[in-house]
Amino acid sequence: MAVGTVRSSKVSAELENAAPVLSVENLETVFLTSEGAVHAVNGVSFSLQPGELLGIVGESGSGKSVTMMSLLKLLPMPPAEIRSGTVGFDGKDLLQVDQQELRAIRGGDIGFIFQDPMTSLNPVFTVGFQIMEPLRMHLGLNKANARKRAAELLELVGIPSASQRLRDYPHQFSGGMRQRVMIAIALACDPKVLIADEATTALDVTVQAQIIELIKDLREKLGMAIIWITHDLGVVAGIADRVAVMYGGQIVEYASVAELYDDPRHPYTKALLQTLPRHEGDRMERLVSIPGQAPNLSGPLQACPFAPRCESAHDRCRQENPPLFEVSPVQKSRCWLEDQEVVNA
Amino acid sequence: MPETAIAAPEALLRVEDLKIHFPIYDGLFRRKVGDVKAVDGVSFEIKRGETLGLVGESGCGKSTTGRAVLRLYDPTAGAVNFEDRDIASLPANEMRAMRPRMQMIFQDPQASLNPRMTVGAIIAEPLMEHTKMSAGERKDKVAELLDQVGLSRDFINRFPHEFSGGQRQRIGIARALALDPDLIVCDEPIAALDVSIQAQVVNLLEDLQHRLGLTYLFISHDLSMVRHIADRVAVMYLGKIMELAPMGKLFASPRHPYTQALLSAVPVADPKIEANRKRVILTGDVPSPANPPEGCVFCTRCPLAKKTNDKRCFTIPPEWREIEQDQFVACHLAE
Ligand SMILES: Nc1ncnc2c1ncn2[C@@H]1O[C@H](COP(=O)(O)OP(=O)(O)O)[C@@H](O)[C@H]1O
Ligand SMILES: Nc1ncnc2c1ncn2[C@@H]1O[C@H](COP(=O)(O)OP(=O)(O)O)[C@@H](O)[C@H]1O
Ligand code: SF4
Ligand SMILES: [Mg+2]
Ligand SMILES: [Mg+2]
Repeated sequence: MAVGTVRSSKVSAELENAAPVLSVENLETVFLTSEGAVHAVNGVSFSLQPGELLGIVGESGSGKSVTMMSLLKLLPMPPAEIRSGTVGFDGKDLLQVDQQELRAIRGGDIGFIFQDPMTSLNPVFTVGFQIMEPLRMHLGLNKANARKRAAELLELVGIPSASQRLRDYPHQFSGGMRQRVMIAIALACDPKVLIADEATTALDVTVQAQIIELIKDLREKLGMAIIWITHDLGVVAGIADRVAVMYGGQIVEYASVAELYDDPRHPYTKALLQTLPRHEGDRMERLVSIPGQAPNLSGPLQACPFAPRCESAHDRCRQENPPLFEVSPVQKSRCWLEDQEVVNA
Repeated sequence: MPETAIAAPEALLRVEDLKIHFPIYDGLFRRKVGDVKAVDGVSFEIKRGETLGLVGESGCGKSTTGRAVLRLYDPTAGAVNFEDRDIASLPANEMRAMRPRMQMIFQDPQASLNPRMTVGAIIAEPLMEHTKMSAGERKDKVAELLDQVGLSRDFINRFPHEFSGGQRQRIGIARALALDPDLIVCDEPIAALDVSIQAQVVNLLEDLQHRLGLTYLFISHDLSMVRHIADRVAVMYLGKIMELAPMGKLFASPRHPYTQALLSAVPVADPKIEANRKRVILTGDVPSPANPPEGCVFCTRCPLAKKTNDKRCFTIPPEWREIEQDQFVACHLAE
């Protein structure tokens, strides 16, 4: 495995200055269901630099998946409604382009992998057919060339006897191998951006380690930018350049990986890191837990959604939702504690 | 504190060479064509008041072992001694009397709680089945159990779907405690919960253990949580235990090549450590438990066997040996 140093904040600052491949501004998505509204995504903005790996972490329900589904317009509408936002990609706003163009981009220039390969792969088609389809559709390859490229792709993701295995069905692969097939499909058209949503969550740690090594390796070879979504702070520590921490449908902290773990600023990030058991040395007497439960998203945010669980909450936190304050060129925190007025008071 | 907790540490549970094989039948004539060797010769003991962690990748036989301990399966071979009585061969009526003393907490609190029953009824059900308590006594006991697991008494008449995952797990724990058990098999009790909620549930389990002198078999694939909660840890692979050691030794100096690989795969939430991590990446897949490899079951993926090409690994099942005080491995080459 590549032994490297942690990417320094300088690198991240430089990343910031390049022209982004993807830039999301003020995305807002609401579900209007018979049981009421769910304000799932509440003004999410981030950008992805060429070749960057952005980690998105947060507990379940924090809006990670809905953010990604929104920007690819993969949500059922209704009940979903994208209330605002722009998604800049390749000089266009993906929220404005027509379905046909969007279909060409999805699985073409933007590849994606979701959590459960068993539900994403179609059980009645061979794996070969499912890799060849995007090649024929997006790249217009003929059957023979598509088959050749499909075999190359399976080999690239480390599946032994690749050309024979094209004839096999998904159930003939193990969980880890199916996830490799999903990665092969996502990479088929040489995407500029790869979105992986909990791509290793359902896998055992040993298989997760294989997949992560594979992703690191592919990144080096192919150079695409990656959004890696997970609830596992450990996984992100090992692969990300920058990290966005989500809570209540917002990014609450956005920082280079070194800063986030070294000097977390948002109370939620701090709390999350503190709940983890120690990995070496003496055990803790008791685990630190975050009291309370996930926030209620039935209305627009009127206050900091973390306030009911936050040790540092004060009156203002319960009255007004904080903006994302810039703590340093490589770190932002959505917390009133960062407001200069508060600091000075 | 109950007397049980003060008694000298003796083995509450002794599992000896346990085997659970599930028959495989061929489709048409329902002829038996083989066995899934889910658990294939497992031995361990758990002392009173102790927590034994049981780890390993999915499909290695952890749940089957846990269920066999409660005799939810009849063993193919071997013994499960609970206080020196082999419950695997106990007649039904005696087993019934034994049941209250061993309980289980499941991974998915959603699936293990009857959605049509109120919280009160769910927790009281074992009391109805196994005790002669009056309705009033049951109501008091349920209220006391809710207190113990940190749930409000007002929840008695609510239904499981009204609760969050963490709260539902507390309901499951209250139900498991109803009959004052000695042993609780916790099968992935936090796997379905968010990190911030996991800590709440683990703290509760530890508090209850101290207060009630409980003994836990704690099954989990989350090695860092097992490191936090377990006194000793058993590592399973393909139906067998590969290594068993006190927590400190297992994590600081794992001896079995599988344990070493497993621990090296666990991500650490620290970019500086991750950047310099040397991982043992296992190649290939876990073989089928219907057709395990000859010799050592780990030999097809073992880095040490690959490196040395030692014949024994591929032909002779390794013996269970004490490589260091209290640290046991099943490996020809570990040192
Ligand atoms: N189809 C849907 N209908 C209604 N609510 C939904 C739907 N999909 C997601 N949500 C809600 O949106 C919120 C964010 O969900 P999600 O993005 O899936 O979270 P994450 O991926 O971070 O776990 C949650 O409260 C979830 O319940
Ligand atoms: N009732 C059953 N019938 C047949 N095979 C089973 C049964 N229960 C478990 N198995 C098989 O036994 C093996 C061990 O399963 P399990 O104990 O659930 O593993 P774990 O809990 O470690 O994931 C797996 O291969 C599984 O498919
Ligand atoms: S016995 Fe051989 S194959 Fe098995 S773990 Fe030890 S070295 Fe590896
Ligand atoms: Mg999700
Ligand atoms: Mg299991």
